[in-house]
Amino acid sequence: MRELLESLTTPYSLTDPVEQRPDLAFVTAGRGQLRPLLMHLRDKEGFTHLVILTAVDWLEEGEFQLTYLLSDRTHGRDIGVRVMIPRDEATMESIHDIWPTAATYQRELREMFGIDFPGSTRLNEDFILEGWADIPPYRRDFDTLKYADETYKQRPGRETRDPAQHMKEQLYPDGK
Amino acid sequence: MKEELEKRIVKGPDGIEFEVEPLRDYYCEAAPTVMPQAYSKIIEGFFNWARAESLWILGFGTGCGAIEMRPLMTPRFDAYRYGVQWRPTPRQSNLFIISGYLSVKTLKRAIRSYEQMQNPKYVIGLGSCTINGGMYWDSYNTIKCLDDYLPVDLYIAGCMPRPEALLAGFEELKKLIRAGKAEGANQYAENFEWYKANQKKVILDWDMPDYNW
Repeated sequence: MRELLESLTTPYSLTDPVEQRPDLAFVTAGRGQLRPLLMHLRDKEGFTHLVILTAVDWLEEGEFQLTYLLSDRTHGRDIGVRVMIPRDEATMESIHDIWPTAATYQRELREMFGIDFPGSTRLNEDFILEGWADIPPYRRDFDTLKYADETYKQRPGRETRDPAQHMKEQLYPDGK
Repeated sequence: MKEELEKRIVKGPDGIEFEVEPLRDYYCEAAPTVMPQAYSKIIEGFFNWARAESLWILGFGTGCGAIEMRPLMTPRFDAYRYGVQWRPTPRQSNLFIISGYLSVKTLKRAIRSYEQMQNPKYVIGLGSCTINGGMYWDSYNTIKCLDDYLPVDLYIAGCMPRPEALLAGFEELKKLIRAGKAEGANQYAENFEWYKANQKKVILDWDMPDYNW
C-alpha cells in the first residue's frame, strides 16, 4: 500500500496520505486530478470496484468532502480518494461513465446534499424524498429536529430519559 | 402529475388506437363506504368468528419489524397453526401489519396497499415507531403517529417485539374482532376526509387519486 501511495503522490500531486490499516489508505486529490487518478487506479492498479461515493459537510470551512472508496478484490485492499469542493453551488464532475453504479450515489448526493453532477443519468429524479421543497436534509445547516416537530405530529406523553442516569437510578435507588 | 397517469392515446396489439385516461379508467372514483352489520346479531357474531379465524396478512414489510415475520411464518414460531398466513397481494389479505418505522415514501405505498385491500380489513401497528416515532422521533422523514394516517386496530409495543409478542397480538386481535370492536375499515370510511387531509399534509407530491381501488 505504501509503495502505491508513494508512486501516486508525485504524478497526481496528492496530499494528506493516511495509511489507516495495511489494506486501507486515504488520499486527498485535487478536482482536476480526480478523473485521471480514478482511471489509473481502475485500469493499472486493479481497483475495479467502486464501493461507495459519499459526502461530508464541512460547514465551518464552507466545503463538501467527497470520498470515492475503491476496492481491489485481487489484493484485498481499499483506497479512499477525497476531493474537497466549495459548498456554494456545489458541482462536481460525474464519474458515471467510469462506474455506472456511481449514477445512483450521485443521485442520492444530489438529493441529500444538493451537489450537482452534470450529465449523470436520472440525476434530478426523486430518490427517497418525494416532493421535497426544503434545503437538502443532510446539509448541516438543516435543522432536523425543528423540521420534524413542525411537520409530523408528536403523540403526547412521550418521555425521554438519559440512559446512564436512568439505569443509575434503577440499579442504585439510594444514590450510592 | 406523473407521466403514466396522464391521458394518452395507446395503440393496441391489433393496431387499433384508443384513448386511455388512467385516473378514470384504472381507479375507482368512489370513496369507501361503511359496511353495514349483518341483518341479525347472531349472524354478525358468526361472521366475526369466521373473520377472526382467518387472518391473512399482507406480505409488505415497511421497516425493520419485517424481519420478525420470517421466524414467525417459518417452523420456529409457525403462526400458520393459529390460522394466520401471509399473502402476496393486497387483494387476498385482510390484515396489514405496519412493521416498524414508516417513512413518508413508504407511507404513500402503505396507503395504496391498504385501500386496495377488501373489507373487512384490519391494521396492526408493530413496534414503538408506529406508536410515537420510537428512535426516529427526530427524523426528517418518518411519521410519528400512525393512527392519524391509517385506522389502527391494535398496537404491539416494543423495539422490536419478539415473535411471541406478535402471536399474543394476533390472539388479542381475534378477541377484538369477535367482540365486534375491530371496526377500523368503517372508521376509515366515516372519517375519510380527515384521514385524507392528514395524509396529504405529509405526502408532498400527491400524484394519485384520492381513493386507490
